[in-house]
Amino acid sequence: MSCCAPPLALDGAPDPSAARQEIRLASRDLGDGLWQSDLSVPGLHCAACIRAVEAGLARLPGVAQVRVNLSTRRVAVQWRSEEAPELLTALAGLGYPGHLFESEADGTDPERDRLIRALAVSGFCAMNIMLLSVSVWSGAEPETRRAFHWISGALALPCLIYAGRIFFASAWAVLRHGRTNMDVPISIGICLAFALSLYDTIHDGPHAYFDAATSLIFFLLIGRALDHLMHEKARAAVRGLMRLAPRGATVLGVEGGRTYLPLAEVALGMRIALTAGERVPVDGVVEEGASELDCAIATGESAPRSVSPGMAVQAGTLNLSGPLTIRATAKAESSFLAEMVRLMEAAEGGRARYRRIADRAAALYSPVVHATALIAFIGWMAATGDWHRAITIAIAVLIITCPCALGLAVPIVQVVASRRLFEAGIMVKDGSAIERIAEIDTVAFDKTGTLTYGQPQLIDPASIPVRELAIAAAIARRSSHPLSRAIAAAAPEGGLVPAKIREYPGLGVEAELDGQHYRLGRAKWALADETRGGQENRTVLSRDGALVARFAFAETLRPQAHAAIDSLRVDGLAIIVLSGDRPAAVQVIAGPLGIDEVSAGLLPPGKVEQLAALEAKGRKVLMVGDGLNDAPALAAAHASMAPASAADIGRNAADFVFLHDGLDAVPVAVAVARAAGRLVRQNFALAVLYNALALPVAIAGYVTPLIAALAMSLSSILVVANALRLDAGRTTSAQPSLRQPLGLILAGEPGE
Amino acid sequence: MSSLVFLVPLALLLGGAALAAFLWALRDGQYDDLDGAAARILMEGDNDRIEGDEAS
Repeated sequence: MSCCAPPLALDGAPDPSAARQEIRLASRDLGDGLWQSDLSVPGLHCAACIRAVEAGLARLPGVAQVRVNLSTRRVAVQWRSEEAPELLTALAGLGYPGHLFESEADGTDPERDRLIRALAVSGFCAMNIMLLSVSVWSGAEPETRRAFHWISGALALPCLIYAGRIFFASAWAVLRHGRTNMDVPISIGICLAFALSLYDTIHDGPHAYFDAATSLIFFLLIGRALDHLMHEKARAAVRGLMRLAPRGATVLGVEGGRTYLPLAEVALGMRIALTAGERVPVDGVVEEGASELDCAIATGESAPRSVSPGMAVQAGTLNLSGPLTIRATAKAESSFLAEMVRLMEAAEGGRARYRRIADRAAALYSPVVHATALIAFIGWMAATGDWHRAITIAIAVLIITCPCALGLAVPIVQVVASRRLFEAGIMVKDGSAIERIAEIDTVAFDKTGTLTYGQPQLIDPASIPVRELAIAAAIARRSSHPLSRAIAAAAPEGGLVPAKIREYPGLGVEAELDGQHYRLGRAKWALADETRGGQENRTVLSRDGALVARFAFAETLRPQAHAAIDSLRVDGLAIIVLSGDRPAAVQVIAGPLGIDEVSAGLLPPGKVEQLAALEAKGRKVLMVGDGLNDAPALAAAHASMAPASAADIGRNAADFVFLHDGLDAVPVAVAVARAAGRLVRQNFALAVLYNALALPVAIAGYVTPLIAALAMSLSSILVVANALRLDAGRTTSAQPSLRQPLGLILAGEPGE
Repeated sequence: MSSLVFLVPLALLLGGAALAAFLWALRDGQYDDLDGAAARILMEGDNDRIEGDEAS
């Protein structure tokens, strides 16, 4: 048996036929009738999981090959049949619920491969050159030295061309726009060192700096590759989350046929069938049916909204209780969702203007270094008139001050910080986000889905008699309405089997149990005695028309909300709430948390305006939000966070995505980012100190290749060691429960 | 000196072979799933029992 797969109740399973067509849409054609689907399965943990999933899926008809990737928690399934196999249902049946994953072009990451290949080549060249250099430093014969210099040069050239290209390309890209970054001084230093060494090798000079040039490339690539791998891992984890926007829609033909069309092909006026549990694919008007819509992710309203024929529905809202037929009034590219994307693009200003700390340092640093080298050249030229000696010294100045430590100082700290956040369930999508979140002075929260869970919960279930609660839960389990789910969640599975279940959209659920007629839903509908309909919005359970139990619901705060807000306040941050919900509903949540600055009833552009107003006052805001309506604000804010339950584009817009429920992710992220900021500044101080010591030696002309190599390696080791202190001073914020304890895995399979 | 003439190129050749092997392994996808490779060694395949080994 598997240690990791708990038996799972299937709640809210989508309509199987639409799901199969969705699998087809998300698959890619490998040619020859073979299709590949990529599934994200977060529950994979161990060898038993791999075997269960691979064997289980391979049994499905039409499946040709199944391959689990444990590192990315993904399954690649190749299948060959007319219709897609029911992969998701089969996975859920095995105990590993999964979801479709966007298939990339070929599933590899070209940037990662390029960096690792460059790292391998530069590592090989640098190590061999260093080996040869040691014998030169220890006083090799002139002929041996010459031969070794030539071999070193022959090794350094491919390293420079192949691995150095990454720096040259980046430096050239910014130089063309009249700016500089860290790669400009690096590129100049590497190229000049190589050119001088080549000149000296040809003229049989005693010193060559091939070792300095190549090990510089190698060290810097290590930092860069680690940085890329870390953030790619975080981005992959975010991409692996469940996709909330539908890929297509079931379109009703004129003659009554049903076809499943990709979203882009849905045209104006088409009639779309929506079953309960599906999301509205495009903006439209209800033609037939009555139901309730969960708008939490789209507009931030927490209470479901009833819809009936003639009412408009927004793309992204979730159909809860009954089947609907809607007529499309907008194409996918002009729907509410697309409108949000446009607002996001317009809003993306502050973040694009942000310049990385390393680049700002380089803008100060490179003119100083280059001017110093020039002065050294002119000074030596004037003093001795020996131009070769003057150039050698000028280049030695460039090499010794070449920002090896500076180039490593920032990426290494950010890699360590990202890894700590990753372990705490917080995904960081790029390095500049860590720098930006350390600068914030205000935190803006959305309400629905961020401060609270999107779903309501039953208040005080203990006050309801156990037997009545069990009956209500048994009936509620058959409905996907959020209030039903809340009742179902409040009672354990009781073994009661209600019969003749019918759901009335907007009213409630009806069922028979032990020959008695039960209704669970609105008081006005469920109770025979209509004079008691005064509290018409209350939810009740009735037996043959008589009141049995009342249920009251409230939004519940995410865990640790109080503690998180308090600790943010202690850190000196101002807290505000920006919500799209009604003011009264917002006040109920914000009041107990002690948040005074509250803006309610905001439309998506309103949130962006609020952020812009704050920014105009010089405040730097961290936006925490989850909905479609928050996405523009997430893009506009100085830094942004979203929970894993957020809408797709919100997750993509946010810098940080936290996977756990607890809101303590916010103070943890801020604290780690601030600690990282302190270390980056320390590393810069160390690098400047090192330069201040090394520069006089270089200008005086005492720098031999040996001294350059020693000084460079020492300063690099120093900044890396300093960055690792972030890891050493870890707090107990990481959730140990997430990790499968090894003993448990072993104990779980004793007899196999 | 004379030994260096063939030892240094030999060392470089061996190092180069290792580099080529690494690049080939990278391209072959052997680094795509490091956690999975660690776990798969614990899985029992259908035909990986040693001939004649009557496991209890």
